[in-house]
Amino acid sequence: MMELDVQAWVRVAAFAGGGIAMGLGAVGAAIGEGYTAAQANLAVSRSPRLSGDIFKNMLVGQAVAESASIFALVVAILLLFLDTGNPTMLKAAALLGAGLSMGFGAIGSGVGSGFPGGQACLGISRQPAVTSRLTTNMLIGSAVCQTPAIFSMVVALMLLFMDFSQAPLHPTWAALVGAGLSTGLAAIGAGYGGGMAAGTSCEGVARQPETVGNVTTIMLVGQAVAQTPSIFGLLVSFILMFKTFPESHQLHAAMALLGAGLCTGFGGIGPGVGNGMAAESAVRWVARNVQNAADLMRTMLVGQAVSQSTAIYAMVVSLVLIFVV
Amino acid sequence: MAIEGADIVKAAAFLGAGVSMGLGAIGPGVGEGMVAAKACEAIGKNPKEAGLLTRTMLVGQAVSESTGIYSLVVALLLLFVV
Repeated sequence: MMELDVQAWVRVAAFAGGGIAMGLGAVGAAIGEGYTAAQANLAVSRSPRLSGDIFKNMLVGQAVAESASIFALVVAILLLFLDTGNPTMLKAAALLGAGLSMGFGAIGSGVGSGFPGGQACLGISRQPAVTSRLTTNMLIGSAVCQTPAIFSMVVALMLLFMDFSQAPLHPTWAALVGAGLSTGLAAIGAGYGGGMAAGTSCEGVARQPETVGNVTTIMLVGQAVAQTPSIFGLLVSFILMFKTFPESHQLHAAMALLGAGLCTGFGGIGPGVGNGMAAESAVRWVARNVQNAADLMRTMLVGQAVSQSTAIYAMVVSLVLIFVV
Repeated sequence: MAIEGADIVKAAAFLGAGVSMGLGAIGPGVGEGMVAAKACEAIGKNPKEAGLLTRTMLVGQAVSESTGIYSLVVALLLLFVV
């Protein structure tokens, strides 16, 4: 009787997690691809005779933006049909965490990847001569945008396939749900911010094709810094998944671990978006004023470092919640 | 699972600390990013004033940071004092 109950709970968690993964996971890519299509329409209305090139570029850009939601689909299908073998309540928590990680984690990358796609389409209508360079730049930028979604998928797959049966149920269940929330939520800002930088770099290449080297460099540096909050999220998730917690039936032990996941997760959203804004503006002005690329890079990095600080506070509070209290 | 009053209070304090710092980090992160973006724009338009603009950016960001520090203080109070 008891075992049946556990089996039912594992399936409840798997189905709820699958729904969350695909439902939230569809939000970002749909918005991002819609943005790409809207800009492609604008581009075709400006230069109708380039419609073939623009259409091709739109589809390539949308295909990359789609990958975030394809990750979500894969995780959702695994959650629906995977045979978990030995059902325990801890496995149920891990499956719910996997769904939360993948669902939230696909939002930012999906929206963000749409920006370079759209701006590359507009750029083709502005400067048809650099079409292939624009497509390359778009692909590099949107591939980097996907990283936070890939982190989320890694955490989701680890939660799905790792064996937690040796760990005590209390408080490890909270650690596993927290691990999913940490990487998933922190990926929202990083994906969106990386997309902002990538989009403007396509605009910049179209305006000033000779600056492509400087523009791509500052885009990649800016995106790398914008990615940091999602790396903090991944770090906290790994600690929550791999540390063994002593058994404790007290509620506060569990809430400390759940709070740690929420803290780094939410804390990464703002700095990710903010770093992306700084990178977007720096990329735009390097394209227009390439002589001052060094000054712009320096100010961008200083500004991003300050914007990063709150994500670092959030990670410190998480580590205190995990290791100290 | 025996739940006592003191345990629930502590649990709420821990969860509250995480939520306080987590949500409190969103605003300063976005706000400071806006400041940095505008500073880059201004340097692009007027590169001669790069030093002054970077200084102004840092002062503005420091003020915007304060709410993030309030969140940190509240989180640490919840963790260690109350």
